[in-house]
Amino acid sequence: MTANGTGGAARLPSRAEQVEGWRAPGQDAGWLNPIRERFLLRLLVRKELRVRYRGSALGMLWSYVKPAVQFIVFYIALGVFLQLSRDTPAYAVYLFSGIVVVNLFGEVFGNATRSITGNQALVSKIYLPSELFPWASMIVALVHFLPQLAVLVVGALLFGWLPSVTAAIAFLLGIVILVVFTMGLGMITAALNAAFRDVENFVDLIVMVATWLSPVLYRISMVEEAIGGTVWWWLYQLNPLTIVVELFHVAFWRYGPDVVDAVAADPSLAGPGEPFGLWWAGLLIAVVTFVVGTVVFERSKRRFAQEL
Amino acid sequence: MSPNIDSVPDSAAVPTDREMVRIEHVTKQFSLRHDHSLKELVFSALKRKKLADTFLALNDVDLTVHAGETVGLIGFNGSGKSTLLKTISGVLYPDHGRVLLRGRVAGLIEVGAGFHPDLSGRENVYLNGAILGMSREQIDEKFEEIVAFSEIEEFIDTDVKYYSSGMFLRLAFSVAVHTEPDIFLVDEILSVGDEPFQRKCLERIRELQEAGRTMVVVSHELEMLEKLCTRIVVLRKGRAIFDGDPTEAVATLRAG
Repeated sequence: MTANGTGGAARLPSRAEQVEGWRAPGQDAGWLNPIRERFLLRLLVRKELRVRYRGSALGMLWSYVKPAVQFIVFYIALGVFLQLSRDTPAYAVYLFSGIVVVNLFGEVFGNATRSITGNQALVSKIYLPSELFPWASMIVALVHFLPQLAVLVVGALLFGWLPSVTAAIAFLLGIVILVVFTMGLGMITAALNAAFRDVENFVDLIVMVATWLSPVLYRISMVEEAIGGTVWWWLYQLNPLTIVVELFHVAFWRYGPDVVDAVAADPSLAGPGEPFGLWWAGLLIAVVTFVVGTVVFERSKRRFAQEL
Repeated sequence: MSPNIDSVPDSAAVPTDREMVRIEHVTKQFSLRHDHSLKELVFSALKRKKLADTFLALNDVDLTVHAGETVGLIGFNGSGKSTLLKTISGVLYPDHGRVLLRGRVAGLIEVGAGFHPDLSGRENVYLNGAILGMSREQIDEKFEEIVAFSEIEEFIDTDVKYYSSGMFLRLAFSVAVHTEPDIFLVDEILSVGDEPFQRKCLERIRELQEAGRTMVVVSHELEMLEKLCTRIVVLRKGRAIFDGDPTEAVATLRAG
């Protein structure tokens, strides 16, 4: 369905009418809704968490089991068989700090994409600000991220890593870039998915590829050796996921004692532009994506009820 | 189940002059899309076939509702009653024309639409109260009253999926009528539960009328609406063909 001729503004009450207390149905605070409707947002998050683990004996434990299995498989295949762990000190920490980033990305992106179609009963029958759905699914993803983060921190500590100001800054930058960027993408795909269910499969595909298109399993210096100097190298570096994964490496791996010792012998272990690399580019891309996502979502939310 | 007509109280609504809902030239078109896939879209674009048939659910409808009125919407299936109600509630947006409101609206388009079977009765009361626009304090304050009205005290902490359909509807209705909106939109809910509960619902509607609430009610129970409403609008094929006295409205609809 194409956008119809009369724009949104024509339906809103004029200033004089607003003074008399008139408003249009469904006229709300737009992207500010999740902040205004915190109580409802919290209830929606709780609902999602309850529903997700209904009838499951392990419950929240699944959010440990899945990344653990993923980690073991990658560690054996790449670290041991392909011998990546030989040249990369503390490869386990290196690997896991990238895996948690890609998992969080996949979880936020996938959940947000399905948030409108998954709440069909609500969207098509009762009015409530629809921004709350992708936001609630993002918060659910963050809740699932916490246990993984805890495991990562414990793992890094076992390798002698100690928290530092640099680590904290890198981690915060990484999380902010990742969440803002992914929410922007998620709102676009949520809006598209209401019209075409093909989108959610496409998103699954992107999530699958994401692990390989950012330096999660291998080191970024290997990419530079292979495609350095080409436009692909620049695109690879500007991938916000690459930026975030590198920030997580700085936060949890780069300043561990094994790595600090090894950098003296092998300078290629140090990432480009240390410590925070292209964080400004990541943040810029994230904010632009978020703004585009919000605009797309705001424009299409009026049609959700009839498209479902 | 239709309510016993003798148990329907006479309307207690006191219409005033203050306008609460203004519906101006509202037109709503639906496209009956055959398929939700990209493949279909690409093929139809290649063949230059018209993708969707359109259907006018509402055609230039004008309606003003005043504070304290209870307005009934009647019409045969597919006449646009529910679409009009959804347009007022903000679920659907008009293609042309506009809808303006004053005050808080609670739309009870379908009883229990916001209920989730995997949550307990208590959690559902909070979730639905919040969806219908109540704050946490308001729900805390009304909680006892809501549960008492629904008469399911013992089961309030049981998951809703174990409820009988009657219990479920009673709780959902109870939440909805305790949200205290200025404008209350009701779609076919008076066929809820057994006869004693229906009587209780109607009693509650009467209380809301006395309290000066504005109501827009959709139903097929013509006799009941005739007694309950101050005004009835008859819709046919998306057009409002009559607006006025309830008895005449019912006669208009029946005359076809």
